[in-house]
Amino acid sequence: MMAAIILVCSLVFLLQFFVSYCRSLIAASIKHPLSAEVQDVTGIKNSATGEDFDRVVQLLQLCPDRPEDRSGIQAIGAYFGLLGFMRSSVARIIPSLLAWTETERGQCTYFAAVTLERRIAFSRDMFAQQLET
Amino acid sequence: MPGPFALFIWFIGILGEAAVLVCALKKGAFRKYLLLNLYMAGLMVVEILRYKFVSEFGLSSPQYVYFYFYSDAILTIILYFALSSLYSHVFSEMNAERYVKMGTLVLLAGTAIFSYAVVMQSTAKFVTHFVVELSQNLYFVGVVLTYVLWAAILKLRETRTRLIQLVLSLGIYFSLLAANYAIRNLYPPLCSVFIPLVGVFGTFLPLAWAYAFWHLPEEARLAPARLAVIPR
Repeated sequence: MMAAIILVCSLVFLLQFFVSYCRSLIAASIKHPLSAEVQDVTGIKNSATGEDFDRVVQLLQLCPDRPEDRSGIQAIGAYFGLLGFMRSSVARIIPSLLAWTETERGQCTYFAAVTLERRIAFSRDMFAQQLET
Repeated sequence: MPGPFALFIWFIGILGEAAVLVCALKKGAFRKYLLLNLYMAGLMVVEILRYKFVSEFGLSSPQYVYFYFYSDAILTIILYFALSSLYSHVFSEMNAERYVKMGTLVLLAGTAIFSYAVVMQSTAKFVTHFVVELSQNLYFVGVVLTYVLWAAILKLRETRTRLIQLVLSLGIYFSLLAANYAIRNLYPPLCSVFIPLVGVFGTFLPLAWAYAFWHLPEEARLAPARLAVIPR
């Protein structure tokens, strides 16, 4: 009985922490303007949409990553999946959720584009360091 | 010896723990979040020692099992104090540090007494049972305390992005481990699936903290009301 209560409470808290954590990652990256180069590569000009997420993540995987970047993009990937699930299930019953999930999915794409920009900058720095040595 | 995947997760964990320390030192956040960094340093040392125990005695040897559970209990207590240091950060303007310290000690003593009461009947390996029980209970107490801290952050309109992310990632970590222990207690046959998951969950916290230290300057701010699951 005690273990069941702990399990239910932990899962409810986990969901709340997870959603808030992902939104804090997005909120911290949303102020970061994308360079013209990344805008060209990703095709994100004015606002990002959820449809572009997979493509931006594919581009991300082409760049060398850093351990400290890994948790962020994985968490946002899981959050994007959760939003997709909500969109195809709960949002059909509550139509107002549809617009919200779409905005959130677009922001997930923007976060991925910001991460892509950081990785490109990181790769450039590494390349420049190699040239110097 | 563990399989290649478990070894890979182990390696990622140690790398992440080292990354937290390097990022905190480079960004000048080591002393500000001293207990968090001491926990990471302790975790890294323990992970390396665990590897040494596994390679010398084997994964199912009593030496490794004892070392695993005793070191886990000590690390959980350090993490519990690290959480209380985050309370001190949030309530710093209210000069409530003394009350936070007192509350932390009282709650730790309460959890220890509760764990003692639970394992009192077991006569064999009493201390080991107590240590395991204390660890499990502290994870759940950690979840609840982190949730209370998150509620305080929302209520006090705390805006420090780095602090918010440190608290939320700690909440995710505590919740994952508390849920994992609860499932193992409810369905013991599933232990073979859920015990290896502890290692996977363990990589989240170092990576999330390294991200927070590296990418977020101390002066970064955000509106916490935007983060609440239920809009405020």
